[in-house]
Amino acid sequence: MRIRYWIPILVMALTSCAIAPLRGTGDLGLVIERDVGRVLVVDTTANKSLATITGLGDLSHASVVFSRDGRYGYVFGRDGGLTKVDLLKRIIEKRIMQAGNSIGGAISQNGRYVAAQNYTPGGIKVFDAATLALVADIPATYGDGQLSKVVGLVDAPGNQFVFSLFDAGEIWIADVSNFNQPEIQKFTAGKQPYDGLITPDGRYYIAGLFGEDGLALLDLWHPEQGVRRILDGYGRGQEKLPVYKMPHLRGWAVAGTRAYLPAIGRHELLVVDTQSWKEVGRIPVAGQPVFAIARPDGRQVWVNFAFPDNAQVQVVETETQQIIKTLQPGRAVLHLEFTPRGEEVWVSSRDDNRVTIYDTQTLQAIAEFKASAPSGIFFTHRATRIGF
Amino acid sequence: MFSLLTIIQRGVSPVFILILVCLSSVLLNKAYAADEGIGIQRRLELVRLVRNDCGSCHGLTLKGGLGPALLQENLRNKAPEALIDTILYGRTGTAMPPWSAFVSEKEASWIVEQLMKGFPDAH
Repeated sequence: MRIRYWIPILVMALTSCAIAPLRGTGDLGLVIERDVGRVLVVDTTANKSLATITGLGDLSHASVVFSRDGRYGYVFGRDGGLTKVDLLKRIIEKRIMQAGNSIGGAISQNGRYVAAQNYTPGGIKVFDAATLALVADIPATYGDGQLSKVVGLVDAPGNQFVFSLFDAGEIWIADVSNFNQPEIQKFTAGKQPYDGLITPDGRYYIAGLFGEDGLALLDLWHPEQGVRRILDGYGRGQEKLPVYKMPHLRGWAVAGTRAYLPAIGRHELLVVDTQSWKEVGRIPVAGQPVFAIARPDGRQVWVNFAFPDNAQVQVVETETQQIIKTLQPGRAVLHLEFTPRGEEVWVSSRDDNRVTIYDTQTLQAIAEFKASAPSGIFFTHRATRIGF
Repeated sequence: MFSLLTIIQRGVSPVFILILVCLSSVLLNKAYAADEGIGIQRRLELVRLVRNDCGSCHGLTLKGGLGPALLQENLRNKAPEALIDTILYGRTGTAMPPWSAFVSEKEASWIVEQLMKGFPDAH
């Protein structure tokens, strides 16, 4: 073969060495391009996308957890795919199909285990974070051996996973320290838990109930006390509005001593005191909230909405409980994520195919970039937070 | 799936895109020639609505999520009228909301027809 055929190969080999200078991952993240099975590796210092990684399958409703060194993202696809992405090499390190229909996952406190929550077959599966080898399979069995869809899976202190069974109306705590015999505690939660969250201190697990006017609270320091109902009857028996999209509880706002929770079927945020778990206020908003996320300092809460109000984002000032700004970042805003210390927030607009970056002080857009139907935005600082 | 955007991002010549757009609209027109009364633009909107917004519960690929699967084989033994009713008025006791504020009866009927013969892709 003549030498000129080798030139491009040589150049490629040389550039691939050249594009990997030493760097950390603390300002990196992944953005999901839901319709095309791709993720973007993004940089929150440069405010841009660094690379596109393809071949991740059906990424509608995909979510990501990070290894504790912040190097790897575990992407949970809707089709049951679990993909381990290397943010530094910008490649897929490993990919498995672990279920038929999946809805997210969590990583254990010690970072060794990744758990996926599944609709089909209903249950959770736990994998070795390094190899993605299956280490435990916990079917969500109830009644006469039916399997329930699992939602609201979070990691909890003590290497536990806590999750809710949509069909069975239960909350389970799985202690996975001993995989041969995972220890499971079961609690009655209420009708149709649709998602769950754990408070940032890892103490309380809250499941939102679709089928009832209230939420289920479990004190993980005292699980023997069982599930307590909070905000019982918040809708006061009034007929709720049609719900066109279930709210997401993970990432929901706990700011200072207050939690901001969605009133399902209502255009309101419920403000709850996190000591007494009593309602201390309500904030009328532009639609049915999907995500309400606190800026890391807790001074603002940013809210997006379900169809048909999903072209807006509202900013609540927590000190006054007032909405201080309504933004129009684009059509079908699906997610938002703060930079590690919250000076900026990234907002995805699925139908305008872009990610917009806002300065959270001035509330002005400062940058944007194109992405194909972007949905979830996940930064590596999640690696160090309980429940992310 | 190969969306227009990916083509643009990959820097293919505008002429090629133009040809592709013309070609796809011709093809789509042909495929939907029987569906009188709902314009091509609106049909594309409906496809997106089903995939994205119905997809919140039923999945983008319609193979189910919190809501049941809506694939051809799942609907084979269902009465179209009942499905149209479910879309328009929802189902009490479940999470299925009414969509009559967003789609007409004729559009719901078109959606059911498409679902029963395998739902088209948004791209």
